[in-house]
Amino acid sequence: MAESVPRGRLKILLGYAAGVGKTYKMLEEAHDLKRRGLDVVVGYFEPHGRKDTIARLEGLEVIPRRRIEYRGVTFEEMDTEAILRRRPQSCAVDEFAHTNVPGSERAKRWEDVQVLLGEGIDVVTTMNVQHLESLNDQVWQFSGVRVRETIPDWVVQQADQVVLVDLPPDALLNRLKRGAVYSPEKARIAAQNFFRESTLAALREMALRQTAHEVEGRYALQEPEELVAAEARSAGAAEPAVAETRDRILIAVTADPASAALIRRGKRVADYLHADCFVAFVHPRGDPADSASEERKAVEKHLNFARSLRIETRVLEGEDVAETLVDFARLNRITQVFLARPRKPSRLGLLRPSLVQQIVRLARDMQVTVVAERHRSGTASAA
Amino acid sequence: MAQNLVLRPERPDPDELLRKVMAEEARERRGKLKVFLGYASGVGKSVRMLDEGRRRHERGADVVVGATQLESTPEVRALLDKLEVIPLRIIDGVSVMDVDAILRRQPQVCLVDGLAHDNPPCCRNRYRWQDVDELLDNGISVIASVNLQYIEEQRAQVAQIRGREVQESVPQAFLGRAAEIEVVDAPPESCLGCGPDGPSGETDRLRRGQQLAQLREIALLLAADVVDHQLERYLQEHGMEQIWSANERFLVWITPYADVGPMVDSGSRNARRFHGDLLAAYLARPDLTPAERAALGRNLKLARDAGAEVHALDGDDPAEALLTFARSRGVTQIFAGHGGRQNWWERTLGGGPIDRVIRDAEGIDVRVFPQ
Repeated sequence: MAESVPRGRLKILLGYAAGVGKTYKMLEEAHDLKRRGLDVVVGYFEPHGRKDTIARLEGLEVIPRRRIEYRGVTFEEMDTEAILRRRPQSCAVDEFAHTNVPGSERAKRWEDVQVLLGEGIDVVTTMNVQHLESLNDQVWQFSGVRVRETIPDWVVQQADQVVLVDLPPDALLNRLKRGAVYSPEKARIAAQNFFRESTLAALREMALRQTAHEVEGRYALQEPEELVAAEARSAGAAEPAVAETRDRILIAVTADPASAALIRRGKRVADYLHADCFVAFVHPRGDPADSASEERKAVEKHLNFARSLRIETRVLEGEDVAETLVDFARLNRITQVFLARPRKPSRLGLLRPSLVQQIVRLARDMQVTVVAERHRSGTASAA
Repeated sequence: MAQNLVLRPERPDPDELLRKVMAEEARERRGKLKVFLGYASGVGKSVRMLDEGRRRHERGADVVVGATQLESTPEVRALLDKLEVIPLRIIDGVSVMDVDAILRRQPQVCLVDGLAHDNPPCCRNRYRWQDVDELLDNGISVIASVNLQYIEEQRAQVAQIRGREVQESVPQAFLGRAAEIEVVDAPPESCLGCGPDGPSGETDRLRRGQQLAQLREIALLLAADVVDHQLERYLQEHGMEQIWSANERFLVWITPYADVGPMVDSGSRNARRFHGDLLAAYLARPDLTPAERAALGRNLKLARDAGAEVHALDGDDPAEALLTFARSRGVTQIFAGHGGRQNWWERTLGGGPIDRVIRDAEGIDVRVFPQ
């Protein structure tokens, strides 16, 4: 019975900072749907003390939040079960990237939204571009902020519509000064982090490009060949005579913490190139480290992270790490291997080549991309 | 020297300083331009523009409406009722913004709908955007709206998608000078059925939906480019070196010996997919043999044909020259060829140039192409 329910449609309102007007726009959409005769509720709404936005709530039905006790503190979360009982046609859900308090049914709000969609309820939600998993390192690099609440890219790719909520940084900074976004204290802190003019401009450019990418992904899905050809023509390039060979990307992970950034980068490139993507770890044969060791735990964490991004993972076993990887790559017709940049030349570095050097020497039939860790610029402290 | 790319002179040239101060003063006197960019009619540009005018008026700014579209929706009319309108003049049957009346009225802010509008030949400005430029020069800020299809540099591409070309246009550089550009984004569904070429059948509807999606993508990328330039300007003015970019930039390293074909092919495909930039660089060395010179020339031609922006670098150390240039341009990926083998002396000296590029390329990915 439940299987026959058509999945609800997801619409994401994408912004680049708090205060650009995402929540306001979400409520506008809810009013609009209601005017058109749909049964709409507000599933979660974050007022942030903004008067204009709160006023816009008038006339809409709000599902009360659920209260959850955690370590003696009461938290309020979206009441997904109450929304399911109420069964609206459409539901507005603020802050898509929110992490639920421990003790909630699901860890993330985007997972709650998946449940609503699965039950055939349409959802309009809000998020900022910096919450996208694949942009995490880049955002850190120029803002100094490591965003913890992230959404895997495939969740956003599944949305039926992604609409940009745009506002120039000048206007946003004015709103911040007028106290329309945050309280004065919070505004001062914010001005040091995300709200520097250069950071805002960079985030905004990212949001514009990401929305363009989402738009392209959606229409390209409908008629691939014709549109790719049109795109090539418009870019001034000659029309591809034969279909371009599809790239296949292999990301080689280790226990090194840099593996997380490597996975994000490889996956992002794979997404843009429409390439297949795999993650592999080579477990050296005869390695005494057992599965409970710190190192194996770190590797397992990276593999799980890759799986959460919907990447196929493999654990290989072999005497020689470089040879095992290159053999696997050849067998799987890999065109590009992604490796992390060697941290520091080892003391034996001059005599013993790094994994990168070994693979470059062995893999004469594929490209090797060495991913450098991004260092942060700017002066802000991490939030 | 390659280093000049990032080093700034310690004492600025006084003439340059004076020019800068004068330019700044002129900029301060000049009104600010804000543009609402839409990708089709019906996305709500006019409403957003007028609504912004209303908000500024309510906050105490002196706002007038300088030009409106001839046909208007009830929503537009409701907003116009709240604002002072300077009527259009009709000259030779064409509606023209009354620049003299606006200059006499001297408001703080003037709203101009339909930035791409041709004036009849007898007017002092041929185009409405030139009228707007005059208002800006006289210290009046302008909020304007424009449809993507009227942007000069985008016209051909838009015409290809839509199957018809418009006559009127605004140069993209004019938008690039705007203090603010704001994209009025909406899903294509919301403007289906608007405008004179509304869909009739289901196939037409799908086709038009796709056209709109393509136009929407172009508008978003155009705005991203404008923002990118603003960001670069901001970083320059504040003496900040650009070491990161919100945009992907690919740099192909060209040598006489490299098999450049696969690298530039891949580079141009990557640049296209990421909507990023393709650069190529080579070391200008005086000591090349005629054969090497010819090989280098052939490789540079391949890069240019693939649409790369080619740069000659100076310096004795190829790895350092390449990385200095890459950092100054916010490159995100370097494409380089690698022969796979190393001399014993390269190994003892810490590897060949590519090994050293990999080792020192902080924050930049290096893609090695086997050769």
